[in-house]
Formats: sequence, structure tokens, C-alpha cells
Amino acid sequence: MARAAALPRLTWLPATISDVRRESATATTLRLDVDDWPGHVPGQHVDLRLTAPDGYSAVRPYSLASAGGSGTVEITVDTTPGGEVSTYLTQGARPGHHLEIRGPLGKWFVWDTSDTEPVQLIGGGSGIVPLMSMLRTHDAQQHPAQMRLLYSLPSAVHMLYRPELASLHAEGTVTFLYTRQPTAASTRPPGRITADDLRQHAINPDLKPSAFVCGPTGFVETVLTLLVGFGYDPERIRAERYGEGSST
Amino acid sequence: MTITEGFVGKASPQGVDLPPGQHLARGFPVLSAGPTPLISTSAWECTVTTTTGHKHVFDWTRLHQLPAEDITVDIHCVTRWSKLGTRWRGVPVEALLADIDDPTAAHVMASSYGGYRTNIPLADLLGGRAWLVFEYDGQALSPEHGGPVRLLVPHLYLWKSAKWITGLTLMATDQPGFWESLGYHRYGDPWLEQRHSRD
Repeated sequence: MARAAALPRLTWLPATISDVRRESATATTLRLDVDDWPGHVPGQHVDLRLTAPDGYSAVRPYSLASAGGSGTVEITVDTTPGGEVSTYLTQGARPGHHLEIRGPLGKWFVWDTSDTEPVQLIGGGSGIVPLMSMLRTHDAQQHPAQMRLLYSLPSAVHMLYRPELASLHAEGTVTFLYTRQPTAASTRPPGRITADDLRQHAINPDLKPSAFVCGPTGFVETVLTLLVGFGYDPERIRAERYGEGSST
Repeated sequence: MTITEGFVGKASPQGVDLPPGQHLARGFPVLSAGPTPLISTSAWECTVTTTTGHKHVFDWTRLHQLPAEDITVDIHCVTRWSKLGTRWRGVPVEALLADIDDPTAAHVMASSYGGYRTNIPLADLLGGRAWLVFEYDGQALSPEHGGPVRLLVPHLYLWKSAKWITGLTLMATDQPGFWESLGYHRYGDPWLEQRHSRD
């Protein structure tokens, strides 16, 4: 009882879009101004509520992309063909527009920055978003833990956070796994993530890493099986799934 | 109540065979803005130009080195005919863009032999929704239907599917093409009946 009472009530807060930034041909990042925003830890998400002039409203969850502890509220939305909310957020949203937000939500798929063990991140498609919050938090804090990312995506035109990830790729922190169209520079044949990809690019299981896996359901299932087979401790793997078998 | 400006909720009709205002065509009518150019496969090429001016040229041979797909789709012409279940073979536009690093690109101007141009958001050319096609109904694509190679973007009105394609120019901002400068809609979604610029 005492613990429950200590939690702030989850209420809808008014939010104003303050910045709209295109991330790729299909995805957009929105920065929101929220009074009394309590802050978030990397990996958490929020609910957004949109209301049309006729009173129709729709609620969708979105992962936070901005660094934890920064006070900045940024989400990245990828277009779902025919999706009423994603279509507005990726194409109709403009600075100054109003919506409502509640959160931050989620206590499971979060990176505790007091942990010093290595962290392996594996994202498929827009599953990269909460992992980007972890990478940005790691970077902002100059965190001593080793952190690596494997990012599975159809082709380079779908890449989110391209400038940031390109520099992390140059440092060897990020590996791109193209499922459909590789770039000329990549020697890996296009396709879904394999055990070989883990052996070549993931943190060695002997180092007792934790792992965060986020993406479409099928992708996450595949990765979890591979990680355990590779020797990762299932107790140290956290996963977040979305969609119904949507492809990466 | 907080109203979200610009949010309208569900817009597209469900379970409807034809977009509003369309009727079925029996044959395959031809609509062109100009004369039919005759281009041999050996002369044909399509140049992808980035926003920074870099050019990537695809000729017949290089196009056929990319993975081709069979496509069966409904097509809708702004002149109100639709044709269901048309069969094509071609290469996804995304395959031509795979090695192109151009993060500022958001729109594309497709250009044809003969000078026709039409603008399309880049996102609409990705994700298995647009192709460069070179076969129709199991046969080489005939010149009157855009051969040897045309663009196919079946989820938009057919004027967006530029015939005799020879260029895809990536652009940071949208610009109107041929019909779009003449009062046709910039986007052209048949399900929203976006025929004219004021629709």
C-alpha cells in the first residue's frame, strides 16, 4: 500500500509539438513540450491521445527515443500504411499542434544505469527506438559499461538516426544487418539475423552481458532463441515485441 | 478537451472494390500526355539523381541484375476507369535506391522519355508499393503502355505511374510535375478521390 501511494497518479498531460524531424522516408521524430514531465529512464514508452474536432479520439503507445534523465520527450513514429494515428504523426503533425500524453510507462524493458555489466542491444525495424534511448543515455553519461547494437532493417533507406548511428558504426559500436538490400560495402548477404551474426558482432557471452531485444514479434522470437543458443543467460535478456508478425 | 489540429481519424473506406467515382474498364485504355516514344531496350536507361547531384545509371542489363517480382494489382486512372488484377513483372524501386545515401531526400520527380514528369513522395516508392516494370500480362511491355520500362505505383492514380521512365530525381522538398502543374492533385490517392488540386 505504501509503495502504491508513492507512485504519482497516471494522468493525461497536455503536450505541444515543438519540433518535427524526418528520420527516414517513412519515419518522423516528434519533440513534445510537456509541463511537469517527470522524466523517464531509457526503454520506457508513453501513451499519446489524439482527438479530432468531432470528438473521435485514438490512443497509441510510442517508445521514447530521447536520452533518459534529459527531460526531453521525443518519440519516433514509422508510417503504418492506412494507420490513422501514424499517418497524422508522420505527415500531418506540425509544431504548435496539441495532443495529450501519459507516462512514462514500463518498468521491465528499461536499462538501469547503475548496472556496469556489458549491454547487448538488438533491434529490428522501428524496434530501434527504445534502444536508441539507451545508446543516447550511455553516450550522454559517458557510461563505463560496454554497449553494442545490432540493427536489423530492410535497407539503408529505412535507417533511423542515421547520422548518430553512422558514427557509432564507424566506432564499431553498431552493426547493420540488412534483410532485403545490402549496401555495396557490406559483405553479408541480405537476410534475417543468424547465429553467425551474433558470433561475429555481439558481445561475447563469457562477459556476462545483459541484452535488450525489441522489434516485431517474429524477429524477437528468433533473436531470443539465437541468444540463448549463443550462451546468453536467459535471466539477463529483456524483450519488447510489437505488431502482429509485421516484417522488418 | 484537447483537440489535435489536423487529426481526422479514420478516412479510408473499407471493403470497397472500387474507389469512389471509378468504373471498371474492360480493356486497357491508353492515356498519355504526348506522343509515344519508341525506345529500344539497348538504348533505355534510367538515372537516379540524388539531392546532391550524384547520378546512378541503370541500363537494361543492370536493371535485370536486380531481383524482379511478379505483381498483381488494381489500377485506377483519374479519368475514372479502373482495372482489377492487372499482372506485371518488375523490380521494386527500393532495389534501385539501396546503395544511395541521401538522408535529405523526401520526394521524387519521375521523368519520362518525351519530357513527362510527375512527383511522388519517396515513402510511396518504398516498402513494396512501387516498381519499375517491364512486362505486362506475361509479355514485354508495349510502347503504348510505357515500354520498355515504366514506373508502377498502383496505390495512386495512374498518372503517377510514369511511362517510358528514364529518371528518378530525389528532392528534399516537393515540386509539382506535369499534370500537377495543371491543376491535378499533388498526391493523387484514388480512395480519397484526390483528382484535382482543390479536392
